[in-house]
Amino acid sequence: MSDKVVHALYDDDDVLLSAVKMIRSEKHHIEEVYTPFPVHGLDKALGLEETRIAIMAFIYGCIGLAVAVAMMNYIMIEDWPQNIGGKPSFSYLENMPAFVPIMFEMTVFFAAHLMVITFYMRSKLWPFKKAENPNPLTTDDKFLVEIGIHDNEKELQKLLKKSGAIDVSIIEKSE
Amino acid sequence: MYTFPNKLRNLAIVFMAVGFIGLVFGFISAPATIEEAKAIVAANHGEGHGTSHETTAAHATHDADASHTEKSTHADEASHATDADYQEETQHSVQHDEYQEEAHSDSTHGDSHDAEHDEHVFHQLSNKPWAALYVAAFFFFMISLGVLAFYAIQRAAQAGWSPVLYRVMEGITAYLLPGGIIVIVILALSGMHLNHLFIWMDPEVVAHDKLIAGKTGFLNVPFFLIRAVFFLSGWTLYRYFSRKFSLAQDSATDISNHKKNFRISAAFLVFYIVTESIMSWDWVMSIDPHWFSTLFGWYVFASMFVSGITAIALITIYLKSKGYLEFVNDSHIHDLGKFMFGISVFWTYLWFSQFMLIWYSNIPEEVTYFITRIEDYNLPFFGMVVMNFIFPLLILMNSDYKRINYFIVMAGIVIILGHYMDVFNMIMPSAVGDQWFIGSAEIGGFFFFLGLFIFIVFKELTKAPLLAKGDPYMGESERFHY
Repeated sequence: MSDKVVHALYDDDDVLLSAVKMIRSEKHHIEEVYTPFPVHGLDKALGLEETRIAIMAFIYGCIGLAVAVAMMNYIMIEDWPQNIGGKPSFSYLENMPAFVPIMFEMTVFFAAHLMVITFYMRSKLWPFKKAENPNPLTTDDKFLVEIGIHDNEKELQKLLKKSGAIDVSIIEKSE
Repeated sequence: MYTFPNKLRNLAIVFMAVGFIGLVFGFISAPATIEEAKAIVAANHGEGHGTSHETTAAHATHDADASHTEKSTHADEASHATDADYQEETQHSVQHDEYQEEAHSDSTHGDSHDAEHDEHVFHQLSNKPWAALYVAAFFFFMISLGVLAFYAIQRAAQAGWSPVLYRVMEGITAYLLPGGIIVIVILALSGMHLNHLFIWMDPEVVAHDKLIAGKTGFLNVPFFLIRAVFFLSGWTLYRYFSRKFSLAQDSATDISNHKKNFRISAAFLVFYIVTESIMSWDWVMSIDPHWFSTLFGWYVFASMFVSGITAIALITIYLKSKGYLEFVNDSHIHDLGKFMFGISVFWTYLWFSQFMLIWYSNIPEEVTYFITRIEDYNLPFFGMVVMNFIFPLLILMNSDYKRINYFIVMAGIVIILGHYMDVFNMIMPSAVGDQWFIGSAEIGGFFFFLGLFIFIVFKELTKAPLLAKGDPYMGESERFHY
């Protein structure tokens, strides 16, 4: 595989969206798109697979719920039995209403944090990682489309110019 | 233009007729004397036994929970059963709400406990058809009031997704005035002592009850009815003008009608949240005048809001299946589904907040409310949580399911029935105590008002084009996609 790529720069998200649709209809493979903010509908235009993070969120939530139940049972019932609300029954089920807020909070806590960690791992992000962003302009107000070149430089350049790119450049990627 | 299909019109009329017969039968079969009441209780006894055992089995854990709570909280309440025959006693125990006891203590003070109990049961049974009528009347009225609030929020927020649904919402709110008048007539009949739904309306009771006597400045029949008429006229006025401006906008050249609608909707929402709260204390909470909950207004609001949104979704899907509303797409249904899901969770949050604080603090005057419901209404009380929370939570959680009409209809029917049970649970325990069962009056009442609701709503839908085409957000709404 060639390590030469073409970078097309756009200055408007609507132009970018129609350009992405145009490039894909011409059967070119888009490696990556860099945008300063989430562009509505870009994932569909790029033909990306639907995210599966919702399924993981559900599983993480269930884990959180289970942890909360086990934790409250150990703390409040087994290890140091507590008289809850003047009802010293020392049974988890009978004191369940008192634990519902904790069960809820732990469900949310686990789902939220584990989802973020999952997202970082899937996106290969970690603290102090060097940015992979090829052009700092994409953190401001420009949009960048990266396409791999397979002996079709001229054709691609023409297409990208036509799609409304404000700048098209060929970059040699150093691995 | 939409035409009211004959099949649906006939169905609505059949519902009303069947419901009416059920209601009449319920009123006729209510006991006229104490002796008749005794006979009814004797005849129902075996049956009642079976049902409550079933209930116990279905909610074994809750029962265990409840019975323990019961033992600790009622240990000092002399009127209650001993632990040993606790299960037996609950079948035909004396109503726990103290007010019922006090209500009749004046006339039967010297009598034996049995006579007092019989008269008590008689009052509960003669209340039953009235309560069934009131639950159904209030429930369907509440749906249209919830839709009116939802509609006002869309207008005030200048929502871009929902204008295609405006005419459906306006159709449903047409039921507000007739439904509200029926509710107020029932309240007025209570005020004329034709029934004993609201015990604070009985001067005999108030004379012997210091707590209610202290509330007579607010809870007295004339002021109560004046408030009711004031609330209903306020809501109806908003409904009248917003409908008028909405129709005028269809053929208007500028957006002045739209702007007027925005302004009155914002004003209405302020009026609504205050009056809705007071309405819920008046019409629902005051049935149990010793008990109070500070979030009751919100609780009733959540219930009416989710039933209203569900009614919008069901009627929209029905009209779409008949080939109308071709401009409503999957994304609109998806959004309604999100609201049904979200407000169901909101309702549960309020239901639980109300329950947990009272359960935790265990103050006798508050906790009797839930003890009655858990002991005598175990199946409807916890069944409604399954119907209003667990079922919609699991069915509507998946994003794709919210775009499938079949799922929305299934969840919607369960939510509507669940919130009928919610109103049932709010009114019945205080009105009829443990003498409840779903009989001809309850089913008849539900079908009568369902028929009336369908009749009025679909009649209103025929009066205007189903697309509010003059709305400035209509283009955005038609192109709306998720």
